[in-house]
Amino acid sequence: MIALLLRDLRLATRAGGGFGLGVAFFLILSALVPFGVGPDRATLAPVAPGILWVGALLACLLSLDRLFALDHEDGSLDLLATAPLPLEGTVAIKALAHWITTGLPLVLAAPLFGVLLQLPGQAMPWLVVSLAVGTPALSMLGAFGAALTVGLRRGGLLLSLLVLPLYIPTLIFGAEITRRGAEGQATATPLLFLAGITLGVLALIPWAAAAALRVNLR
Amino acid sequence: MSLLSVHDLAVARGGLRTVEGVTFALKAGQALILRGPNGLGKTTLLRTVAGLQARVAGRIEMPDDAVAYAAHADGLKPALTASENLAFWARVFGGDGVDRALAAMDLAPLAHRPAAALSAGQKRRLGLARLMVTGRPLWVLDEPTVSLDAASVARFAQMLSGHMAQGGAALIATHIDLGLPQARVLDLTPYRARPGTRATRPSGFNEAFA
Repeated sequence: MIALLLRDLRLATRAGGGFGLGVAFFLILSALVPFGVGPDRATLAPVAPGILWVGALLACLLSLDRLFALDHEDGSLDLLATAPLPLEGTVAIKALAHWITTGLPLVLAAPLFGVLLQLPGQAMPWLVVSLAVGTPALSMLGAFGAALTVGLRRGGLLLSLLVLPLYIPTLIFGAEITRRGAEGQATATPLLFLAGITLGVLALIPWAAAAALRVNLR
Repeated sequence: MSLLSVHDLAVARGGLRTVEGVTFALKAGQALILRGPNGLGKTTLLRTVAGLQARVAGRIEMPDDAVAYAAHADGLKPALTASENLAFWARVFGGDGVDRALAAMDLAPLAHRPAAALSAGQKRRLGLARLMVTGRPLWVLDEPTVSLDAASVARFAQMLSGHMAQGGAALIATHIDLGLPQARVLDLTPYRARPGTRATRPSGFNEAFA
């Protein structure tokens, strides 16, 4: 399993691997929004939590279609399916690698982009916490979508349509945590809901995604 | 020791049976070559034996984790070097002997080249070298000699003989003569599923989507 994780991380950081694609997209979005809606603190600050979370979500979505498609094209997926590794483990590891290369950089870079969007300083820790808790669910749900569409050419559109509804609870609670943090309100309830969603997704999705992969492989 | 025994196996592609009633057995040290015209179902049969596809009828008996499968795609990552590719599969399958595998397919001089820079034949040789690092006894090979030159085919036959001498076995679908005198040949043509008979219809919902 560690070998697979290391290989995926190594592939992501080599040429053409797409490492940093998500962060670059996030940066573009955060840099462009102030030009679009105006740099006023009064207009930007209320929408900043929502925009930051939508940006993180879309950045995550951007690299999802490569998650299994590349391995399927070059035959690695067939070989991984016959390997001693359970397919559920393969799914979990690949989702983890996706999170490390896409979700984790977003979490770390988020405070910087928060500044671009005039997010109040007291909301910064909550933005980071909500992204850290929520983005693993985005990667894992994305792995499920990628597993469902793995055999399809240009499955990206279908993947987005399948995955976006599943992302909505995470988006609602994640943005709510950040908004409450910005206004100085209690954040415990949405944070617990977000953590619950993430834990549920992490526990259940590997089995669903592995089942989808098995159907698509035969 | 029996590595694989197949009884009355029927396999389906796209919901339709391709071959049925296939029965054979492979012991350690044996090789079986499957022949038959294109589209007969050789690949489907091999994928079923490898466990990538559900069988429609019949039995497949073999030890757990026995199969190393190699098909048209080699499972190589273009951004990794030849030895990195092999080392990855060695770790996943818990095998070793990357250098020995590279030497067996004459890839040692290319070990540090990215797979993207290899020719089609060299990639194929690397894909076949992967079989050695899996440490699995039963090799299931689908057209292993595609894009290999005559010298490489001979080298591959040597590797196969070595594998069988060490107690391995191989199930191979191929159209060319591999130069393996000890290998048996099974022509699948008589096992073609006859259209129109009841048995060729999907037997249930799941099979229709198999």
